[in-house]
Amino acid sequence: MREKHIGLGLFSLLVFIFLLGPLLIISITSFEPGTVLKFPPEGFSFRWYENIFNTGGFLRTFQTSIIISLLGNLLALVLGVPAAYALSRYDFKGKSVLNALFLSPVLIPGIVLGFTLMKYLIVIYHLPMYLGLLIGHTIIMLPFIIRVIASSLSSFDFAVEEAALSLGAGRVRTFFTIVLPNIRSGIIAAVLIAFLESFNNVDISVFMTGPGVSTLPIQMLTYVENYFDPTIAAISMLLMVLTGLLMFVIERIMGGFSYFTKR
Amino acid sequence: MALLTLDHVSVAYDKQTILKDFQLELEKGKLLSLLGPSGCGKTTTLRLIAGFLEASQGKFMFGGKDYTKVPANKRNFGFVFQSYALFPHLSVYDNVAFGLRMRKVKDKDISSRVMRILEVVNLNGFEKRFPQELSGGQRQRVAIARALVIEPDLLLFDEPLSNLDANLRLNMRVEIRRIQQELGITTLYVSHDQEECFSISDQVAIMNKGVVEQLDRPETIFKYPATEFVARFIGFHNFIEFADRNDAGEVITLHAGGRMFTAIAHPGTALPGARKGAIRPDDLIVSGDTSADVVNALPGIIKVSTYLGRSYQYVVETELGDFTANQEMEAPYLSGQRVSLIFPQDKLVLVE
Repeated sequence: MREKHIGLGLFSLLVFIFLLGPLLIISITSFEPGTVLKFPPEGFSFRWYENIFNTGGFLRTFQTSIIISLLGNLLALVLGVPAAYALSRYDFKGKSVLNALFLSPVLIPGIVLGFTLMKYLIVIYHLPMYLGLLIGHTIIMLPFIIRVIASSLSSFDFAVEEAALSLGAGRVRTFFTIVLPNIRSGIIAAVLIAFLESFNNVDISVFMTGPGVSTLPIQMLTYVENYFDPTIAAISMLLMVLTGLLMFVIERIMGGFSYFTKR
Repeated sequence: MALLTLDHVSVAYDKQTILKDFQLELEKGKLLSLLGPSGCGKTTTLRLIAGFLEASQGKFMFGGKDYTKVPANKRNFGFVFQSYALFPHLSVYDNVAFGLRMRKVKDKDISSRVMRILEVVNLNGFEKRFPQELSGGQRQRVAIARALVIEPDLLLFDEPLSNLDANLRLNMRVEIRRIQQELGITTLYVSHDQEECFSISDQVAIMNKGVVEQLDRPETIFKYPATEFVARFIGFHNFIEFADRNDAGEVITLHAGGRMFTAIAHPGTALPGARKGAIRPDDLIVSGDTSADVVNALPGIIKVSTYLGRSYQYVVETELGDFTANQEMEAPYLSGQRVSLIFPQDKLVLVE
C-alpha cells in the first residue's frame, strides 16, 4: 500500500493556491459589472469583455503582437537553426565565445537591451519603429530557439547524417529529410517558448513603441495607468483561455506534451 | 590491378597527424580487415575512403578513377556504422528504401529490391517496424540491408559488432561473411577484435600509429608476424634479442647470452635482417630437467606460478629476462624451482 503524506499533500495544496489563486481571482473579477475592480464581484456581466473590443486599440495591438511574434519567430528560426546545428555538430575555435554571445540577450537586463536598441536602431539609424520592434523581438527569441534546438540536437546521432550521405543524399537534402524530422519536437517546443517570450515581452517593446505602433502588453500597461475598471482582468481571462486552447490543439496534434520529452 | 588504392595519403586533424604517407590496396571481391588498437588510424582510413574526411595529401584511386575529391554522396559505397545509424523516424522499409529513392529508382522496383534484400538478411516481415522496436542484432541487419540494397561498389564496416553481445557477435560475423561471399562484394572491415577479423577476412592489415605493420592472409599473420608490434598484438609475449644470425639453408642459427638457438626459415616469411625472436607462451616448454646443456634451451627459475584452469602459467626468470609460459600438467612447478625453458625451433619466429 502506498504511504500517505498528509504534510506533503497540504504543502502542495498551498503551493497550488499560491500559484493559481491570483489567476482565479482575476478571472472572477473580470465579470464585475461595476466600474472598479473588486473582489468578490457584486454581480455578473460581460460588460468589460465588450469594452475590450470597443476601446483602447486592444485589437490592433493584439494583431501587432501576433504579427511581431510570428515574424520574429520565423527570423529567429532562420538564424537560430543553422547556429544551433553548427554549435552542436562542429568543434571550432571560439565556439564557447559564440555560445555565450548567442545567450547574452537572456543575461543582459531587458531594459538595457531595449534602451540600446532604441538608441541605435531608432535614434541613430532612423529605422521605422515597426522594424525596430521586429528586430528587438527576434533578438530576444534567438537564445531560446538556439538553446532548445541545440539541446534536441545533442541527443541526435550525427552518424545518421553520414549514413544518409553515404546513401547518396546531398548535404542540404540530408538536413531536410533526415535531421529536421528528428528534431521536429525540439523545433516546435522552441517556437512555442520563443512565441510566449515575445508575446509577453514588455521591457524591449516599451522602447520600441510609440504613436501608432504598440504591442498588447504595452497597451495594457498604458491602460492600467489611466483606468481602474476590470477591462484588464477580462483581457487576462481571454489570454488564459487562448493559451489553454493553444495547448489543447497542440495536445491533439502531437499527442500531448509528453511528446517533448519522449524521443 | 587493385580495385582500391590509397596512394601516399596523409590525414591530419588540428596539427595532429593521424595517417602519414599511408598505402593500401584492395582487390575486387575480397574482404580486407583493418585491425589495430584504438587510435591506430583504422577508422580514419575507413572514413577517408567513405568520403567523410578529406586527405591533406595523397590520392585515393578507385576502379581506375581518382576519387580523392568525389563527395561521399557520389561514391556509391555502403557504410555500416558501429551505432547502426538507422533513421529513427523511418520504418525498416523506408530506411532500406532511402538509398534507392535518392537514386530515383521506380517505386515498383524499390519495393521488389527492398523485399529481396530483407530476405538476404533474414528480416522479412519486419518492414513496418521502426528502429526503436528492434533488437540490436536486427538493427544491425537493417543497417547492412540498407547499405547493400544500393548495390554498392564497396562495402565499409566500422566496428559493426562491438555493440552486440558475445553470442550475437558470433552469429553476425558468420552472417556478414556469408552475405559478402554470396554477393561477391568488395569489403573493408574495421575492428579491434582480433578473432573477429581473422575469422571473416581474406586479408588482414594490422595497423599501428597510422601505418600498416603487416598485410597478409590471417593464417600467415597468426603464424608469422612480421614485426614486434604485430607479434605482441596477436599474443606473442616472449621476445629475445639475438646478437648474431647465420642463415644456412632452412635453418637459421642465432646466439644470445652465449647460448645457441635455431629457428626454421619459413619460405616467404624469413625477414633477412630480423634478429628478434618471438614465441607464444603456449609454445614455450618448461622442463624440470636442467642437466642437459642443449640447443634452444635456457635455464631459469620459476618466479610466479598462476593457475589458469586449463593450464598453469609461469613467469620464468632467466639471464635473458623474464619469460611467460603456459603448460598443462597435473603437478605444477613451484616458485623458486630451477627449470629449463625449451624453444622449439619451428615455433621461434624472427620479427623486426
